Amino acid sequence: MTLPSTPTDFTLAEARDAVRAKKISSTELTKAFVAAVESARSLNAFVTETPERAMAMAKASDARLVKGEAGALEGLPIAIKDLFCTKGVRTTAGSNILGNFVPPYESTVTQNLWNDGAVLLGKTNMDEFAMGSSNETSYFKPVLNPWRARNSNEGLVPGGSSGGSAASVAANLCLGATGTDTGGSIRQPAAVTGTVGLKPTYGRCSRWGIVAFASSLDQAGPMARTVRDAAILLKSMASVDPKDSTSVDVPVPDYEAMLAGGVKGLRVGIPKEYRIDGAPPEIDALWSKGGEWLKAQGAELVDVSLPHTKYALPAYYIVAPAEASSNLARYDGVRFGHRAAGIHDVLELYEKSRAEGFGAEVRRRILIGTYVLSAGYYDAYYSRAQKVRALILRDFTEAFKKCDVLLTPATPGPAFAIGAKTSDPVSMYLNDVFTVTVNLAGLPGLAVPAGLTRDGLPLGLQVIGKAFDEATVLRVGQSIETAANFAAKPATWWRAA
Amino acid sequence: MSVDKDTVRRIAKLARIALPEERVEPMVRELNGIFDWVQQLNEVDVAGVAPMTSVVEQRLKMRDDVVTDGGNAEAVVANAPLTEDRFFLVPKVVE
Repeated sequence: MTLPSTPTDFTLAEARDAVRAKKISSTELTKAFVAAVESARSLNAFVTETPERAMAMAKASDARLVKGEAGALEGLPIAIKDLFCTKGVRTTAGSNILGNFVPPYESTVTQNLWNDGAVLLGKTNMDEFAMGSSNETSYFKPVLNPWRARNSNEGLVPGGSSGGSAASVAANLCLGATGTDTGGSIRQPAAVTGTVGLKPTYGRCSRWGIVAFASSLDQAGPMARTVRDAAILLKSMASVDPKDSTSVDVPVPDYEAMLAGGVKGLRVGIPKEYRIDGAPPEIDALWSKGGEWLKAQGAELVDVSLPHTKYALPAYYIVAPAEASSNLARYDGVRFGHRAAGIHDVLELYEKSRAEGFGAEVRRRILIGTYVLSAGYYDAYYSRAQKVRALILRDFTEAFKKCDVLLTPATPGPAFAIGAKTSDPVSMYLNDVFTVTVNLAGLPGLAVPAGLTRDGLPLGLQVIGKAFDEATVLRVGQSIETAANFAAKPATWWRAA
Repeated sequence: MSVDKDTVRRIAKLARIALPEERVEPMVRELNGIFDWVQQLNEVDVAGVAPMTSVVEQRLKMRDDVVTDGGNAEAVVANAPLTEDRFFLVPKVVE
């Protein structure tokens, strides 16, 4: 194995093997990443950096390595989306209302990562309460995509809501990161930053200790440089958790070991409804190329139909705000979070604390959710949306009778300019048109970098699998990764001198 | 289906979010823009379809009815804006 000369250029798998072989200590590795994070502050990828904690965790890892007690991620520095509660480390959900919140407990997913020896570099920036597709709704200001169009200095969005995690993986500021995905928040930013992002099956990773947005859709997953790295991270993140009643009792397999085997004989469904009007021709061309790559490796392409696809996004914008309006009722200015000053009665305390604490997009979604759940409208909106959702799941169930996985584009376009879509909520929502169906149906979906636009910006493909069949999804993803041979990295313009 | 100014004022009240009068009209426009788009769900024939209640088929887990946690009063109030003797402080509710 030839290792890159700079430790921050290692993949997570390379770093793991190098640390285990004592070619580099966790302390050296972590030091390099702490320096990378500090030199990349212009990207605004982190809300909170934790260098002291990182160095202390690295030291403890090195001690365990000496004793031969190394965990699966021993000594490997990663970044955590600021939606996961981390004990003693501020957790903001990208919101002013949680601006000073320091959790007295640890989320199950992050606890699993620490139990396996991972090192915390910091908490990454995100759209407020994960509501956004560009990281521009963050109270802590937008994140910049490390990628820029060829011959341009224009700032681009990193996608969202896990924009800080995606940017920090793309810029080699960490070996991998956690994200959460409610309508595309892992896969969409991964696709527009040239990184790998996996949304597991609903119930695969515990939601305990993750700040809730829409509980029937939220799911944590890994963001990484390679499919192998995502497989390694998922094995550590996933668990069966008695603290989350929706965590499903299915054993966690060794996803990395299951990567081998290729795609020979696998039936790959191509859903015709994912060809949409107005999408750049490059998206369709890349999609066809992806199919050809898999075919060349022995897979069989099958035309399938998911007839209710176009209704997924409107159904999502009923279901997700409804659940959000309920989940976010807890922010009342009394028990934790922002509290307005100069208050005379308790109603004013709630109304002002929430008006000051929530940003515009969050307020808008709470109002939508409150309306669709209010007396007289429940059947017309919420109940109808949940029925449409049942039809979307039925579409997938029918399609999976004819194929093993589905191949689709990941996004309708590459990264766009900061501010380009903030004035029209619906145009922003359309970024999730290819990803949101998977959340509504609870299925696993993987975004894999597959090519560059003419302007040199990354584009991804999405692999969708059957429930709890992440192993096949990852295997197909790796076949695409191998064929695409996506080796491009953004120029390091953000580095402080 | 669309909302008017009175409806927006009412749902803001229900959601306990103060909405200044000058923000009511723009919010009406924003919400109606979204509701107009969501309207396409009415094209779908949902007759006889049961609403989805769970994405993965599974029985809700049961556990023994025993105390599993507690005695963390300090941690519970640690993030509160205003407390006294482990109580949350709020403005006077009853005169």
